[in-house]
Amino acid sequence: MDVGPRLKAWKPRSNHQMVVCIHHSTDFEVHRNWLAITHSLPISQWYYEATSEWTLDYPPFFAWFEYILSHVAKYFDQEMLNVRNLNYSSSRTLLFQRFSVIFMDVLFVYAVHECCKCIDGKKVGKELTEKPKFILSVLLLWNFGLLIVDHIHFQYNGFLFGLMLLSIARLFQKRHMEGAFFFAVLLHFKHIYLYVAPAYGVYLLRSYCFTANKPDGSIRWNSFSFVRVISLGLVVFLVSALSLGPFLALNQLPQVFSRLFPFKRGLCHAYWAPNFWALYNALDKVLSVIGLKLKFLDPNNIPKASMTSGLVQQFQHTVLPSVTPLTTLICTLIAILPSIFCLWFKPQGPRGFLRCLTLCALSSFMFGWHVHEKAILLAILPMSLLSVQKAGDASIFLILTTTGHYSLFPLLFTAPELPIKILLMLLFTIYSISSLKTLFRKEKPLFNWMETFYLLGLGPLEVCCEFVFPFTSWKVKYPFLPLLLTSVYCAVGITYAWFKLYVSVLIDPPVGKTKKQ
Amino acid sequence: MEKWYLMTIVVLIGLTVRWTVSLNSYSGAGKPPMFGDYEAQRHWQEITFNLPVKQWYFNSSDNNLQYWGLDYPPLTAYHSLLCAYVAKFINPDWIALHTSRGYESQAHKLFMRTTVLIADLLIYIPAVVLYCCSLKDISTKKKIANALCILLYPGLILIDYGHFQNIYNSVSLGFALWGVLGVSCDWDLLGSLAFCLAINYKQMELYHSLPFFCFLLGKCFKKGLKGKGFVLLVKLACTVVASFVLCWLPFFTEREQTLQVLRRLFPVDRGLFEDKVANIWCSFNVFLKIRDILPRHIQLIMSFCFTFLSLLPACIKLTLQPSSKGFRLTLVSCALSFFLFSFQVHEKSILLVSLPVCLVLSEIPFMSTWFLLVSTFSLLPLLLKDELLMPSVVTTMAFFIACVTSFSIFEKTSEEELQLKSFSISVRKYLPCFTFLSRMIQYLFLISVITMVLLTLMTVTLDPPQKLPDLFSVLVCFVSCLNFLFFLVYFNIIIMWDSKSGRNQKKIS
Repeated sequence: MDVGPRLKAWKPRSNHQMVVCIHHSTDFEVHRNWLAITHSLPISQWYYEATSEWTLDYPPFFAWFEYILSHVAKYFDQEMLNVRNLNYSSSRTLLFQRFSVIFMDVLFVYAVHECCKCIDGKKVGKELTEKPKFILSVLLLWNFGLLIVDHIHFQYNGFLFGLMLLSIARLFQKRHMEGAFFFAVLLHFKHIYLYVAPAYGVYLLRSYCFTANKPDGSIRWNSFSFVRVISLGLVVFLVSALSLGPFLALNQLPQVFSRLFPFKRGLCHAYWAPNFWALYNALDKVLSVIGLKLKFLDPNNIPKASMTSGLVQQFQHTVLPSVTPLTTLICTLIAILPSIFCLWFKPQGPRGFLRCLTLCALSSFMFGWHVHEKAILLAILPMSLLSVQKAGDASIFLILTTTGHYSLFPLLFTAPELPIKILLMLLFTIYSISSLKTLFRKEKPLFNWMETFYLLGLGPLEVCCEFVFPFTSWKVKYPFLPLLLTSVYCAVGITYAWFKLYVSVLIDPPVGKTKKQ
Repeated sequence: MEKWYLMTIVVLIGLTVRWTVSLNSYSGAGKPPMFGDYEAQRHWQEITFNLPVKQWYFNSSDNNLQYWGLDYPPLTAYHSLLCAYVAKFINPDWIALHTSRGYESQAHKLFMRTTVLIADLLIYIPAVVLYCCSLKDISTKKKIANALCILLYPGLILIDYGHFQNIYNSVSLGFALWGVLGVSCDWDLLGSLAFCLAINYKQMELYHSLPFFCFLLGKCFKKGLKGKGFVLLVKLACTVVASFVLCWLPFFTEREQTLQVLRRLFPVDRGLFEDKVANIWCSFNVFLKIRDILPRHIQLIMSFCFTFLSLLPACIKLTLQPSSKGFRLTLVSCALSFFLFSFQVHEKSILLVSLPVCLVLSEIPFMSTWFLLVSTFSLLPLLLKDELLMPSVVTTMAFFIACVTSFSIFEKTSEEELQLKSFSISVRKYLPCFTFLSRMIQYLFLISVITMVLLTLMTVTLDPPQKLPDLFSVLVCFVSCLNFLFFLVYFNIIIMWDSKSGRNQKKIS
């Protein structure tokens, strides 16, 4: 049953083979450099090597993954494996890199297949295309963000998300140990998934280590199972030992961690990810402009960088207080806490876990330090699972994905890519909106007038930023304006989606009560 | 239609695939002095923009006809002129007389690709969508699947967006499709107008002209030549004449002008065939060098006779029993006869056969898919020359998967579904043991696909022996030609036995 969409899913993936010739993002060079490092240097040098500015800053499993890839790569082009060969690229290198992503996507496809099995198909329509499973598989496999980030921009998110979806699927299937194992492995592939670790930790502790609940849904303390805790701990410990052990033995752990968590970068990326801080920065800018107009501020005291461009790494606030990493950490924790409490006090099974996971991902996206816009995928993909089950979630999902995906547009900025990103975006957006609308046609409409208006606004925004703006005189004076507009506009939508999801999680009655009703 | 959104998605998929293919290289990229078809198209913009109409088709110091002279009908020239105005607006260097020869840049490539996409979006794609919606007797889902398969047909995409043919196939084929649409929906005047535009865009559309003529004539006969039929005939004739006059107006002022355009359109002196093309003459050439043995006028007469004889039965049948389905099938067989037997055929002309085959995709999915695969395969040497291997393989697989999933073609191989029921019944009257037809066709399909895959692999990986540098391309042409011959026979059979089955069904019912 899932064969159709799966086969279709290979199409875009392989079609992007054809994009090979046009785009060389920096991530190409990053991964080429890592291939070279892992291939030609001993393990002890991996986290010290700094010939290229793109040093290895992923956890050890990813380094091992690159190491394995490099042994295939040498049959394509030996030259790409030379550490000194900075910015090296050849058609064979590109071919190899693209194919490695496509090949690793097999895992993602498998994970999607497993996830589709967990979705309860209570609303079985007559036609295949109207079944939630079908819709879900298309939503995941054709995901616009994943497609452009992996296959055009180039990264290996596909199989990482595959691991995550697989672990989620295992939790749904009550195979908690496997789920924990996959997530532990995933953490040692890419540490950005730490953001959702609280959800995993609390869920496993609450729903797996405590084997029973009181009738009112609250916790039964004497049902605590030590065996389960110890086995869970053992799994996590073994995986970590396998990953970090060699570096512990080499006494390099501090160096590894300093590479993994660089706090030297600024609050926001060059292009502000559409989160809370984008709004904060924008507010600061507006206030400073107003201040200057009304003569509250002295022009000489204003840091030069903040007024000329939004594109500097270190954004200096003029009116509002500057933000430190610690502040963002505290904000993130505060934002995550309620959802964690919810998971603990109102356990709703795997669905509740999934919502908490989405909230964790979204909250850390909202308040994190130096968040990249690609991190929104971390919330979008798990949210897809929720969207096909409940109309409320579907509406939040649609707002989140549409704005989140739109905010990825600046990743692809060359003219030949413009039609591709617009077409793919339209493809995904039209499909997701109309298929979910058909799925929930018996319930109230998915959007109210405000949301519809907001989403439709993305169209004019795109036209202004990419078609009108380059022909105006502002292009020289304010080159950052399109990016600023995009990020602020999207930030509004994502904040709204985050808020709405939070409200729906907090006011949702626990499972026990709904059953009684 | 409640499934409008699925149709939108299908169109978007088609557009995405088209644009991704267009990011690849084009014919003659960076190959002076002649470059390729891409340069031809740019050169025409330069010529039409800078020279007065009277000089377009004439050799002069400003217009060297040896260097990609204009050799297509006036509509193409007008289209070039229109593009030239846009080019002038963006960057006048692109069309500067003389100095712009061989101009190549990323921006210009983007511009040229965009012109194709826009032409396609305006003419071909709406025609396909409308055609699929106008199909009767099939579910909405099937209609959408049909549109997806037609839009994904790799041959057209690769030639228009990859190779960049010196004429926008999607425009001429799009007009032809509008013609088919008009004629089969009984808007005969609109249909014939659209088809005249197609002919005036690309003279190769003449391959389709006979079925159009016969079908419309048949319709007139059916209505009775003394009453309504005659009125219709007069109206049609007026439409055709008027549209031709309109298109040719600037060239009708002088006799010499008209003759020169015609000479440019039908270059009889260029020989029986050029390059490697999967038709009879080129394949026969392997055994016997016809071009050297026979004088040119004999070649001309010979090819004419063969073409005429091979398409005669189907055309007579269509005139006597005009039906929409028969019309589409006759389009296939006529175009195929032209492709196989006529004079001066290009390998790209196979697209003219593929279009009508796309139209019968929902009726005979198995054979149509097979044919469309072979037709894409026959373009292989050309695509390899343009370094389009990767997109060809990917789009062909995508197309094949789309066809298999939406029509489940492998389950539709019974005699009934291959439309061969009445044929085999009539053969069985003489040969009672003739029951292996559908089995045989399945085996043939298997053999054909395996040969194609093997040949592709060989062409890509092996170097041809030094004595025979063209070995693989000749083999490709030869194999495709054999396939096409088989298809010609097949389509003629189903045309000839078509109405009998209809009568049988009536008897049964």
